[in-house]
Amino acid sequence: MTLEVNNLTVAIDDRVVVNDVSFSVGTGERLGIIGESGSGKSVASLAILGLTPRNATATGSVKLDGEELLGLGDRRLAAIRGREVGIVFQEPRTALNPIRTIGRQLVEPLLVHGLITRRAAHETAIELARTVRIPEPEHAVNLYPHQLSGGQRQRVGIAIALACNPGLLIADEPTTALDVTIQAEIIALFDALVDERGSSLIFITHDLAVLSNVTTRAIVMANGEVIERASVVDLLRDPKHEITAGLVAASVATSWTPSA
Amino acid sequence: MTDSRRIAPVWLSALVRSPGGIIGIATLTLLIASALVSLFWTPYDPSRADAYLSFAAPSAEHLFGTDNSGRDILSRLLTGAQTTLVVALGSAAIAGLVGVAFAVLGSLTPRWVRESTTVLIDVFIAFPTVLLAMMLASVFGGSILVVIVAVGTSFGIIMGRIARSELRRVAGSDYVLAARASGVGPWGVLLRHLLPNVAPVFIVQLSLAAAIATLAEAALSYLGYGAPPGTSSWGRMLSELQPYITVEPLAVLWPGAVITLTVLGFNLLGDALRDATDPRLKRSRTKKSGALS
Repeated sequence: MTLEVNNLTVAIDDRVVVNDVSFSVGTGERLGIIGESGSGKSVASLAILGLTPRNATATGSVKLDGEELLGLGDRRLAAIRGREVGIVFQEPRTALNPIRTIGRQLVEPLLVHGLITRRAAHETAIELARTVRIPEPEHAVNLYPHQLSGGQRQRVGIAIALACNPGLLIADEPTTALDVTIQAEIIALFDALVDERGSSLIFITHDLAVLSNVTTRAIVMANGEVIERASVVDLLRDPKHEITAGLVAASVATSWTPSA
Repeated sequence: MTDSRRIAPVWLSALVRSPGGIIGIATLTLLIASALVSLFWTPYDPSRADAYLSFAAPSAEHLFGTDNSGRDILSRLLTGAQTTLVVALGSAAIAGLVGVAFAVLGSLTPRWVRESTTVLIDVFIAFPTVLLAMMLASVFGGSILVVIVAVGTSFGIIMGRIARSELRRVAGSDYVLAARASGVGPWGVLLRHLLPNVAPVFIVQLSLAAAIATLAEAALSYLGYGAPPGTSSWGRMLSELQPYITVEPLAVLWPGAVITLTVLGFNLLGDALRDATDPRLKRSRTKKSGALS
């Protein structure tokens, strides 16, 4: 699955938060998007699937396998969301519905897109929980989100995003809210699952050290604009931009002091 | 779905374990039982007057005594339960529908619909329930239906205003965004994610609506705008017996007591339901899962 984003500009009310951003991801390719919080990286990724707030307007072009997504009707977008493109969110504490069981939430994308029957839902939920290595999956599918730890909840989030085997996965800071030790586990799991499926991946983070474990190619965003494009290695060794240098320094500092 | 069969007993058992829930269920059961039994049987014909039996003291023949016209108070209370039950459930049902409609219109729609709904809600809220009922009654004549419609709509609008801000908060939450990102359409989001998450607010408000409807029916019947003469109603009983309060206080006490008990029962049931349906409040049962966290 290929994604081509050209001259994407997103304005919320009259404030431009993403300005003339272009990037592309080919089939099975991985791209990192790095930036400080507020640099517009999340909004840019949500705009791909038309998930920006109602008062936002997006212009430019977003092509998924050649199909223009910007300005597409809600019904067609809903058919793409979760099916062709999956998203893993940053905050596992709030990205799961607090009053639905893990099992129901795991199979929701599959049911919505008509890929399984309701009868098969329970078994499929256990299977999905097993795929992301949640302990005691038979028991876990009957639990509510508040009964799981942050790391387990993020595993659920990953399983939901991957449930329909989407060709493109967008991970929006999937490990930022987790402990450093859990981060490594989740990254390893994530890496293996994406690899297994051969999905394309957009990995959004502010942490170059994390990114270096996942992708080789990255763009750096600041104030809604792309300020640098390079390999992750080059960014770490020789950042061209002051803001990139700051991000490198920050991620080196945190990787030297894991307790922080 | 995956485990719907397991969920129902879980919150039911939580409901049955709380003292408020037990009292609430007991009251509601008593009300329903009285209403059903009185359809087929009452100790005496509730409308049979007997001038010689005026204000008979409670006895084996007349458990709660008789009223000013010598009618059996227990029989009248039992048939009055029918009116109360119909009014309480009917009002709660209408309040629920109106409340959901106004909450959705006032939070999830384009800005101009949202803002007009707000204005409409403010205009409606300016009308007191009883005034609305009196207005309707003067046009259509006093009846139980007028009471139900008046209480249902005005309480529904109040409920819509309360639920609107709650619905807005939930609509902006990450899990709703996540559900949309999974391809869930607007109706699926509304029915599976938004409404269940604001349901606790509605449940409490609906039980309050039932409680207030019980009171309003009594008040309106007392004023002569509710149940027409001939129908049994606790409010009518109160208004008929009120002139004799200094002479026979016990007779007035009965309808007053059952109204109070019913209102209290609905309120306790609402509180217990709210606690029981919210899995985040089920602290005691989460201990077992400690191995997973």
